[in-house]
Amino acid sequence: MARALITCPKTAQRGEIIEIRTLIAHPMETGYRAGPDGAILPRNLIRHLSCRYFDGHDDVEVFSAELFPAVAANPFISFFTTATASGTLRFSWSGDNGFAQTERVTLTVT
Amino acid sequence: MRAAAGALAALWFASAAWAAPDARRSGFDDMTPALQSMQRDDAQNPAMLGVADGAALWQQAPGANRPSCAACHGDASVAMRGVAARYPAFDAASKRPITLGQRINACRASHQHAAPFAPESDALLGLESFVALQSRGLPIAPPADARLQPYRVRGEQLFKRRMGQLDLSCAQCHDERAGQRLGGATIPQAHPTGYPIYRLEWQGLASLQRRLRSCIGGVRAEPYAFDAPELVELELYLTQRAAGMRVDAPAVRP
Repeated sequence: MARALITCPKTAQRGEIIEIRTLIAHPMETGYRAGPDGAILPRNLIRHLSCRYFDGHDDVEVFSAELFPAVAANPFISFFTTATASGTLRFSWSGDNGFAQTERVTLTVT
Repeated sequence: MRAAAGALAALWFASAAWAAPDARRSGFDDMTPALQSMQRDDAQNPAMLGVADGAALWQQAPGANRPSCAACHGDASVAMRGVAARYPAFDAASKRPITLGQRINACRASHQHAAPFAPESDALLGLESFVALQSRGLPIAPPADARLQPYRVRGEQLFKRRMGQLDLSCAQCHDERAGQRLGGATIPQAHPTGYPIYRLEWQGLASLQRRLRSCIGGVRAEPYAFDAPELVELELYLTQRAAGMRVDAPAVRP
């Protein structure tokens, strides 16, 4: 069950700086740990998070992050962006074993 | 004169004890401000991922012609308010006390005709945390049910009984040495206010039974199996001990 929680204001004023918080369920297995049987657990990480802001004309990447084995399970990432126009924020996580998840949030700018 | 002073002092102590603020501390009170704010903020609290699972399961029928939780109970914020605060409770069908998790599985068997969730499975912890969330902020209210009393007494005896190769009882740490340090960690008073918890060390949701089993393993005793009567009795005693404290589920713990 892949789940993500995104906290972001639904409306903002033009030019306002808004905080966006993302939390996604993922084991973030490092590939260095041994399981109960002593065998190394295969690496299973989210490698990349990208947030693109589509305001009706331009589709701009406003934030991206690379994730590494030191990041805890269920990674929480928060960042800021400037609200320019009404549109959609698209969050894409990708990682090992073909992991890919995309979530969308609409933002109304007044 | 001295007797009168003694009596006065006794009176003063009695009134002080009556007026004293609650000396009990939940695990939340012992956490760092950073962890406390992580728990307070639902956007940061990783247990809310489990709650989101539970909310979806609440609505989802386990199969064709079988009711979802919502089909019988309706809106969880109304129907489940205060429920987690009063478990474990006496189950008339099995004639013994059961925990919230066992209640969910019993409901699943008798009304939904579905296989029970495995202990500590994502589904069970998700539903438990979703139900527990509906009691957030309410005082823990163990039922005043006389049928529970013998089990509660056994739970208290177990809490105070030395066990394992380290020959320690729960009470020796959590009653007598609470607030002191064990390794790098503060020994909590062991009030189960926030279960299921998201434990950072385990990087996932966990029930009180997992916590108890881990503690029992820590004193090098053989842990009881999940849903063993001893664990339910311990939980009964612990909720009685924490009666009136606020539910802060689903909590974050270090």
